Amino acid sequence: MKPIVEIRDLHFRYEDGTLALDGVNFALYPGETVALLGANGSGKTTFVLQLNGILEGIGSVEVCGLPVTKENLPPIRSKIGMVFQDSDEQLFMPTVLEDVAFGPLNQGCTPEQAMEKARVALRQVGMEHALGKAPYHLSAGEKRKVALAGVLAMQPEILVLDEPTTFLDPPAQRNLVHLLRELPQAKLIVTHDVHFARALAQRAAFFEKGKLVADGPIEEIAERFQWNYSALDADLRYSAQRRF
Amino acid sequence: MHHVLVDHWSQGASPLHARDARAKILVLLVFLIVLATTPADAYVTLAIDAAVLVSGILLAGLPPISVLVRAAGILPFSAAFGAITWLAGDGWRAVALIEKSYLSAVAVLLLVGTTPLPRLLSGLEALGTPRILVLLAQFLYRYLFVISEQAQHLQLAAACRGGSSGRRQSRFRAAAGALAVLFARSYYRAEGIHRAMLSRGFGGRFSLLNPMRFGALDAVFTGAIVALLIMARVQ
Repeated sequence: MKPIVEIRDLHFRYEDGTLALDGVNFALYPGETVALLGANGSGKTTFVLQLNGILEGIGSVEVCGLPVTKENLPPIRSKIGMVFQDSDEQLFMPTVLEDVAFGPLNQGCTPEQAMEKARVALRQVGMEHALGKAPYHLSAGEKRKVALAGVLAMQPEILVLDEPTTFLDPPAQRNLVHLLRELPQAKLIVTHDVHFARALAQRAAFFEKGKLVADGPIEEIAERFQWNYSALDADLRYSAQRRF
Repeated sequence: MHHVLVDHWSQGASPLHARDARAKILVLLVFLIVLATTPADAYVTLAIDAAVLVSGILLAGLPPISVLVRAAGILPFSAAFGAITWLAGDGWRAVALIEKSYLSAVAVLLLVGTTPLPRLLSGLEALGTPRILVLLAQFLYRYLFVISEQAQHLQLAAACRGGSSGRRQSRFRAAAGALAVLFARSYYRAEGIHRAMLSRGFGGRFSLLNPMRFGALDAVFTGAIVALLIMARVQ
């Protein structure tokens, strides 16, 4: 099967000289869900921002067979739906309906088509009741759903979610898991939350200091890098026993 | 927040809200020209102008007291110029200056309180305002939310650590530091918003979900108000 995202030997350095990506190779296949794990500052978000040309590194990035170049950015940004960590950054129109219709209008849809796509996407995430509301009046979980609807309305082939559980309480996280499981798109999920990642992904890629150091089944990766909360609990229990 | 309230007002459904943005902008333009050229002692004309504004506020269903109080935000500035004019020995002109600037502020508030910003800016663009100015206004407005939100977070964090007490000098130093942090944080936040917009295919133009239509009612509205204002001015 041909990968839907293919990255070869990708390097990226920020203007201040920080090397954020160092020779990354990666492939994502249609329908697959992959969790991107790693410590803060390890390069996960920088990596996903290369996929739709927000950041440009050195190396080869192909999305749905298209190289990420300036000319290809409009179709590529239609194929990748990116949900950012902070929903407030994503919601900027006066009403929920207008916000969700923002992407389809930019894709060249007529207002009627954009409105219909926005309604369908809002129904898909269970937020149709809020279409006339101002986004800043919604709860964190609702904002996340509307942000997701904003990218679903563009009918992307790939969903990229950057820390999707941030600011969400456990019920809202559960709702999000159920919602994402229903979506047929290939998904890349940047997260620290291995429980959330396990609920959705079978495969994980682990970033460390800008390098993709491991790629494989999520259980194996979490075990190898002690990337789970039970390991944290064990450490804390051990230090607490030593203190008292 | 002030701009959130005005944003809320602009989402109303009155006959004035329903008018095309271009019609309201043209009426505002004529209103401001008429007001600026009205002599200081033309009380009847000024009273008619004020009556037009009050009728507009009532027709739009905006809270009159709230609109009038908010428009008073301009008074400290116009009062300063009024005081200078008064000291120069032209008392009537000083009063007229304050009156006219206040009525202008009410008129502008009536326009932004009955027209959602994307429609207002599209209207301005359709009437020939340079695209770069419209874009600047769009981003300025969006980032106002960002900056005020960041400022509130900083203020809260400072208050939690006793930021409102202490010597005046140290308070000023803390405020200066907070201002620098506010600038940096707002910059990064704005960058995040811009990234999110680009990711959803933003190419420098906000498309409207409901395209503008200048209908017969808009023409009647514009003609009637403009005629009334000009008749009041030349009577």
